[in-house]
Amino acid sequence: MTELPTTQTKTSTGRSVRTEEMVLNMGPQHPSTHGVLRLELVVDGEIVIDVIPHIGYLHRCFEKHAEKMTNYQQVIPYVDRMDYCAAMNMDFGYVLAVEKLLGIKVPERVEYIRVIMAELQRIASHLIAAGTYGLDIGAFTPFLYMFRDRERILDLFEMTCGARLLYNYMWIGGLSHDLSPGFIDKAKDFCKYFRPKIKEYNDLLSYNEIFIKRTANVGVLPADVAIAYACSGPVLRGSGVNFDLRRDDPYSIYHRFEWEPQVGMGEMGKVGDCWDRYMVRIREMEQSTNIVEQALNQIPDGEVTSAIPKRIRPNPGDVYVRTESARGEIGFYVVSDGSGSPYRVKGRSPCFVNLSVIPEISRGHMIADIVAIAGSLDIVLGEVDR
Amino acid sequence: MRQYFRDIFQSIWTVLIGMKVTFGHLFVPAVTIQYPDVKIKLPERARNRLYVNMDDCIGCKQCEMACPVDCIEIETVKSLPTDDLGTTSSGQKKKLWVTKFDIDIAKCCYCALCVYPCPTECIYMTEVYEFSEFDRNNLIYNYITLTSEEIKNIKTKTSEYEKEQAAKKAAATPKPSAQTSDKTT
Amino acid sequence: MEQLLRNILDHDIFVYGVMAIVPLVWIIPYALVVIYLERKVSAHMQDRLGPMRTGGWHGWAQTIADMLKLLQKEDIIPSAADRKLHTLAPYLMFIGAYTVYAVIPFSSSYVGSNINIGLFYIIAVSSITVVAILMAGWSSNNKWSLFGAMRSVAQIVSYEIPTVLAILAVVMIAGTLNLQEINQMQTGWFWNWFIFKKFPFIFVAFVIYFVASLAETNRTPFDIPEAESELVAGYITEYSGMKFAMFMLAEFVNMFAVSAIAATIFFGGWNSPFGGFLSGPIWGVFWFLTKGMFFVFIQMWLRWTLPRLRVDQLMYVSWKVLTPWAFACIIGVGLWMML
Repeated sequence: MTELPTTQTKTSTGRSVRTEEMVLNMGPQHPSTHGVLRLELVVDGEIVIDVIPHIGYLHRCFEKHAEKMTNYQQVIPYVDRMDYCAAMNMDFGYVLAVEKLLGIKVPERVEYIRVIMAELQRIASHLIAAGTYGLDIGAFTPFLYMFRDRERILDLFEMTCGARLLYNYMWIGGLSHDLSPGFIDKAKDFCKYFRPKIKEYNDLLSYNEIFIKRTANVGVLPADVAIAYACSGPVLRGSGVNFDLRRDDPYSIYHRFEWEPQVGMGEMGKVGDCWDRYMVRIREMEQSTNIVEQALNQIPDGEVTSAIPKRIRPNPGDVYVRTESARGEIGFYVVSDGSGSPYRVKGRSPCFVNLSVIPEISRGHMIADIVAIAGSLDIVLGEVDR
Repeated sequence: MRQYFRDIFQSIWTVLIGMKVTFGHLFVPAVTIQYPDVKIKLPERARNRLYVNMDDCIGCKQCEMACPVDCIEIETVKSLPTDDLGTTSSGQKKKLWVTKFDIDIAKCCYCALCVYPCPTECIYMTEVYEFSEFDRNNLIYNYITLTSEEIKNIKTKTSEYEKEQAAKKAAATPKPSAQTSDKTT
Repeated sequence: MEQLLRNILDHDIFVYGVMAIVPLVWIIPYALVVIYLERKVSAHMQDRLGPMRTGGWHGWAQTIADMLKLLQKEDIIPSAADRKLHTLAPYLMFIGAYTVYAVIPFSSSYVGSNINIGLFYIIAVSSITVVAILMAGWSSNNKWSLFGAMRSVAQIVSYEIPTVLAILAVVMIAGTLNLQEINQMQTGWFWNWFIFKKFPFIFVAFVIYFVASLAETNRTPFDIPEAESELVAGYITEYSGMKFAMFMLAEFVNMFAVSAIAATIFFGGWNSPFGGFLSGPIWGVFWFLTKGMFFVFIQMWLRWTLPRLRVDQLMYVSWKVLTPWAFACIIGVGLWMML
């Protein structure tokens, strides 16, 4: 056991007092760490000196399972379960990777539906992130309002593929089902319903002075540090870096829609604080609603299962495809050895990389701020541990 | 100094706006339903508990191979040419006795990957989602319709038949010593 | 009422015994109702329904069921905890909350103890909760509980100052610390209530008092000591069963106590807002309880709307915002009275 460093401080009367730093365990079971994350805090009173994250409590050997599957299609349920809060985005990334390996092109309708599903999933995932963030800060009601709206998105998903959270919907070369009749109208209704709700969230939580006081200037992540640590997604954009994979490393048909990546501008404090990251998510929800509406208006007719190959047997080789999930850059590195089952599937998880930035940005803050910082990074442990 | 007053005024103002939002929600009807008494109707594609219609199952084991978590276990026995197993609903003649068809529904991940490859569409997902049990062993569903007596019969008949076939094959192949000495049989 | 009791019972000790129990007659049903009400109010604010099943109609028996459950729970004391302090703390907390009721006039004819230093007594006695919280946090032998207890102590002690100063502003215009006399000064129509006098100073004093009392009772936005998402439950983490129930009861009793004081000194206490219409000793109880419950409702409303403040921001609000403004109110009221 290493000796804890002790600091010498001088009292007002000139006597020197030895204070010791305390190790506090925000253990795997804690209401605020989103999932089973252990944060070892070294604190001096209320001020945090160091944060050491310990992960691995949710490791389920996803990559080993993927090697043992009999075909590439069977890996998709496992990929869903990596980030269970944004499963469509995970499907999307993996499916694009294998399609690139096979060299097949999917029909137009499939592209449009995939974008609609991915963006709806992004809205749902950001609703979880913002809702639970409010809960961590102490506001109980926005959490319930956001989940009420998320139910509508999950109803849309259930109507299409039958599952609410883990879909197995995007298949290699197409989709498992076509949109059910009535989906387009219901989705358009949802978009109309959702926009005023964002204003409600802003009234209740985002611009609430107490919330601003808790999150502005807390956990400031400078842009160069974010880039050095390879952060991505709202964490990176909250620090002022205008980088979005949907625009800068384009995939699928995102270039056909009008939308803007949202960047934190330091409205309430320094650029890159927790409020910026949170606000980037709220604004991204609005942009995603725009994309969904445009896609619903432009969607062509066609088949969704016509391009699904009977036997998926790619040529030997490897491919790395990255897409923008709700939490950042999700990358899949798929290695094929010519047989029907993958030789290696590696998932590059955005939350794993974003989590590594916690020690850097939380020095000198208080314990209550650690909760705010961990919440603003929006970690899902399924993805961190795979 | 001005920041100080601005902060106080902002705090009070945003608190009052927030209070207005929550007060408004007191008069909005609840979005929840009283679950055990009222249940939502699931959409038709809902993926819940699996069901296997054994009359249509031809024992091809496609679903077993497709399952990513290996929750289906199937054992088949080849039927004799004289046996009549019946036909599936689409008219196909069944050729295999299915002597074991177990689905461990606790392992099932509800991905529906077993539904698509089935040639007769006999395995499908129903909308039943309330099937919890007190004992974990009750979650292993046995779908076969044959009794264990029948299975034993089938297995003994099949092994006898196979022995017969093997003996016939052995008698039919010409042996060098038997042919020259035994001509009358 | 004291006269009536003296005529019925012989010994003074019985009279005082009955007078001491009378607030309990209100407190026990109030606790059952207010916990249920909090769950219902919070549920409807969150677009859901709250308890619906226990007892049939909208789950009205939920609190009774909870109470019965807590009575049957095993009393767990951690092995390394200090047993005496651990057992004493919840009861001390309840005492600190309940003794305030001795001087609050429920109606024109009932006040537990008509002492001339009523307000001073209230302020003094409500600090016992500080000791109780510290005992609870320390004796649990748990780092997180200790954190919660220390924060709570700092919070309560700091927020007593704006409370006292706001009360002082009222005392300046009332001229007495006796609560029954303060109530009697506010008879008449509602514009006689103290909150409308020397406008806006007493109004600001009321706001300061209300905010400070939210901190005294550890309600959001000042509920750092029981911050559920940070410290699990703060200083009450290690408590189970009846002791936990005692802490919860003490918190709700405290809530009504501060609401009652706000109603008494700012809003006329048991006086009817319509002057002589609907007033009298029995009606007085009704008006008093209504006003108290109204402030309890506002406390609940704030709890479910606002996020919580961090510890240093809490201290900032107390020392740099509430206290200077309370001083300003006192100076304002004083100058007004002199000129």
